[in-house]
Amino acid sequence: MTDALAATRSRLCDYALALGDDCLILSHRLSEWTGNAPDFEEDVALSNLALDLLGQARGLLTHAGELEGSGRSEDDLAYWRDDLQFRNLILVEQPKGDFAWTVTRNLLFSTYQELLYQELSQSAEPILAGIAAKGALEASYHCEHAALWTARLGDGTAESHQRMEQALMALWPLTGEMFELAPGQAELVSAGLAVDPSLVLEQWQLRVGEKLQDATLSIPRVPQRRCQGRLGFHSEHLGHLLAEMQHLHRSHPDASW
Amino acid sequence: MEQMVDDSLEDAFQHRIDAEVKIEPRDWMPERYRASLVRQIAQHAHSEIIGMQPEGNWITRAPSLRRKAILLAKVQDEAGHGLYLYSAAETLGVDREALVDMLQTGRQKYSSIFNYPTLSWADVGSIGWLVDGAAITNQLALTHTSYGPYARAMVKICREESFHQRQGFELLWHLSHGTEAQHEMAQESVNRWWWPSLMMFGPPDHSSPNSEQSMRWGIKRVSNDELRRRFVDMTVPQARALGVLLPDPELRWNESTGHHDFGPINWDEFHRVVGGDGPCNAERLTRRRRAHEEGEWVREAARSWATRHVPARIEAA
Repeated sequence: MTDALAATRSRLCDYALALGDDCLILSHRLSEWTGNAPDFEEDVALSNLALDLLGQARGLLTHAGELEGSGRSEDDLAYWRDDLQFRNLILVEQPKGDFAWTVTRNLLFSTYQELLYQELSQSAEPILAGIAAKGALEASYHCEHAALWTARLGDGTAESHQRMEQALMALWPLTGEMFELAPGQAELVSAGLAVDPSLVLEQWQLRVGEKLQDATLSIPRVPQRRCQGRLGFHSEHLGHLLAEMQHLHRSHPDASW
Repeated sequence: MEQMVDDSLEDAFQHRIDAEVKIEPRDWMPERYRASLVRQIAQHAHSEIIGMQPEGNWITRAPSLRRKAILLAKVQDEAGHGLYLYSAAETLGVDREALVDMLQTGRQKYSSIFNYPTLSWADVGSIGWLVDGAAITNQLALTHTSYGPYARAMVKICREESFHQRQGFELLWHLSHGTEAQHEMAQESVNRWWWPSLMMFGPPDHSSPNSEQSMRWGIKRVSNDELRRRFVDMTVPQARALGVLLPDPELRWNESTGHHDFGPINWDEFHRVVGGDGPCNAERLTRRRRAHEEGEWVREAARSWATRHVPARIEAA
């Protein structure tokens, strides 16, 4: 393998890991609703979103392991990396919160994911393109689910409206890093392998703004903070999530399941 | 006069049952038949809903992503079964909200098996293999129950339950054939779940008060003891294939009966747990109530939105 090819594979591996970690961590948070949702229909729906994202995570982590070429499996990557090695957005690791919080996060994230995946499905890297094409369809259902609830909560009761406003105020600042190009990715973008996320920012704001408007809500006037989850600098929440997720697997290092 | 009409209706009803014709929602039925079915179907639905808790306990800690996906899908199925069964109960003129209230106020029961805790990952396997295995034994018989909507719901549910049982068996097989610690985990879990699984079929026939009438009405098709016997006969060779021991020194094949003999069941424990004094009774109900209460503002918002939006949409259509 030439050095240039090896460098590209390594960058692609980081790219797939970042996208896969978003899915894995958000799937974990959504699965915390299973059995605790506001009604049984939502137990089914939120578990389904969690399953879709878990499926995407598995595809992306498996592919990241292949690109890395060191034989690490999806489980090696999910269970044997520490906080600083995770590349997910700070947004997705935030605690489950109340239902307004979950709906708001789903709206912000699934809209982003659908737009990103639509672009990525055109990638010259066939496996990423395939995962993205399937994921875009799933993300569009997730957007629909989030939009239905955004309307009902935003334009429901005074309490539900207020809860949505609070969730938006808290989560909006965390969306900035969605649209930043991680180090080393410019080369992938120019080679047509990855997507420059800043290109979907405008479309994202438009779509989210419309959904909020339909729900008598609006984009909060708070700046998007510069988060660094993509660089491995997370909030304190991730460590607790990983402790829970990884402990059993790590307690039996020689076992297979 | 009214009594005579009821008697002749009831005779006709019993003839239909005896002729194996399914009873459908709009058909006449004795009030006690309706009440008995509502109680049984609701209890079944409640069991699916409460049953999400012990297994849901391990979703965030599943030891591989593949196992996590399987477990999530399984617990999701249980919510689906609950919904499906509440709908079947609603065909009898009760509504889901009232039934859920009966569950949450402790006026209707759910299967006592879910009052036991899941203390290790292997319990996810034991629940699939033993608890779902026992449930299938019971539910397969119910696919022939006399009330049409319930019988048809059972056909669909049994298909999914059989997947649940196989995943439990496969999970335990991997543990049993894995490291020494994994094997111990599997054995320890089977030790805890075996006897409560046998109790799932209910008290022995001679002390089961509702059984006789239920049998006559075709609601119940096979007796508690007969179902329990079927389950034991089915499970013993599976345990051998798994490489785990069933914790009953008296369990052995009886050549003359063609079935397995097994030791005495601790009915005191059964009655204690049914009566509310099991390890997790209070926790399960508290958690169910909490989810419901915490969701109240969401459901209220949805109702409020619907009163203002849905009619407009129907008018437009």
